[in-house]
Amino acid sequence: MTDRALAVVRAGALTTVQDLGRPGHAHLGVPRSGALDAPAAALVNRLVGDPPEAAVLETTLDGCALRPRSAVTVAVGGAPCRVTVDGRPVPWGAPVDVPAGALLNVGAADSGVRTYVAVSGGILVEPVLGSRSTDLLSGLGPPPLTDGAVLPLGRPREPHARVDVAPQPAPPAELVLRVTPGPRDDWFTPEAVRTFTSRPYRVSPASNRIGLRMDGPALQRARPGELPSEGMVLGAVQVPPDGRPVVFLADHPTTGGYPVIGVVRAADLPAAAQAVPGTPVRFVAVRRR
Amino acid sequence: MNVLPVGDDALLVEVSSGDEAQALHAELVRRRAEGALTVREIVPAARTVLLDGLADPARLASELTAAEVPPAPPRTGDVVEIPVRYDGPDLADVAAHWGVAQEEVVRVHAGTEFRVAFCGFAPGFGYLTGLPARYDVPRRATPRTAVPAGSVALAGPYTGVYPRSSPGGWQLIGTTDTVLWDHTRVPAALLSPGTRVRFVPVGPARPVEA
Repeated sequence: MTDRALAVVRAGALTTVQDLGRPGHAHLGVPRSGALDAPAAALVNRLVGDPPEAAVLETTLDGCALRPRSAVTVAVGGAPCRVTVDGRPVPWGAPVDVPAGALLNVGAADSGVRTYVAVSGGILVEPVLGSRSTDLLSGLGPPPLTDGAVLPLGRPREPHARVDVAPQPAPPAELVLRVTPGPRDDWFTPEAVRTFTSRPYRVSPASNRIGLRMDGPALQRARPGELPSEGMVLGAVQVPPDGRPVVFLADHPTTGGYPVIGVVRAADLPAAAQAVPGTPVRFVAVRRR
Repeated sequence: MNVLPVGDDALLVEVSSGDEAQALHAELVRRRAEGALTVREIVPAARTVLLDGLADPARLASELTAAEVPPAPPRTGDVVEIPVRYDGPDLADVAAHWGVAQEEVVRVHAGTEFRVAFCGFAPGFGYLTGLPARYDVPRRATPRTAVPAGSVALAGPYTGVYPRSSPGGWQLIGTTDTVLWDHTRVPAALLSPGTRVRFVPVGPARPVEA
């Protein structure tokens, strides 16, 4: 019997297991979670011949190092980085065969934030509510990787319906986020609504999987007081009392009491997940489709 | 009903009270179960119900705008009983807010049938309503950095039970050993929107023997 497992040699700053997440449980207070740059996660799965729902690894800025106990095919995508097997450079964004016991090193991101690592057969940790994703807000799913951890792997599909190489978007030098106004834009002054969609912001270093926080002009409220808690969606731009907008990402809370000035188009969120702190951000008002 | 569009595929339906939000939520869940509504998430909250993942939000918006808030659903189904030791550190403060003796807080709280208005804050945390408005209490001026799992607590019009240890600013009136959330259990959440709940007083915790 082969030992389908992956030893974590270097976990990196924050490496988590991610798949398509666990949508459908928001009414129980369960965040959707899932890979932040979902197209990148889907692509690395395709490169190794795994289905879209297979679990992959999501690293944060400084990569990770892994030692598979059996021969596997891996693919590394998302934030571009140097990839080596036993010290020898191998391609990024393409399937790579890694022999049993060899050391796969996923280097620090050259640009972008989150690199995705698919391993043929998928990461087979125990699912929670149908998903293997780590949810950093509520602590559901497997804990973030630690040095020395061992992750079980699934059996790869035969035959491999894999892709040889695929183009991936470069991480953004400037992040342009299309937003539809509301539902609580009327809680802000007209000046604040104009400021939001005309003045430049920057990605704050305090950003995480819960939200992309903004440095920039504070948005003034037109009405004081508290909004009774209401349901929150992916991409909602919530404005806490300090006036700095926060774009909700996959691990966002399911309800919240700060007003939402607008909602970022889902198609723009993968780029948001790759925007390093300091990246200039522009919010552009668009009509609802 | 005030229907607010949220992004491209969600609607926030605003009503005038928590009771109306619960009635609307029950009706929307019923319509989904019948196959008359296709939606990924139905998320009730204090005065709203969020519908997320709609194929045609504009059509549903016009339909809901013209509709009346549905009547409250009949109280059917089992009542979840949660045994509680009324030994919380804020019991005296709550009694002072209510202007009653501590025993009266226990009598009123344990004599009330609650209903889960909505969930949030953490998986399995329900916001329970049922106490008359005169029993509303403020949050603690300074939140605790760690509230133990199983703490039964009050804030505003709500009662809640902390599913796990977490920071929190609610007034702690008691403790339960009931497990609110267990992802290996089906269903994982003991409480979901609409669940009826009663708190059953049990004797004080026995002192731990040395």
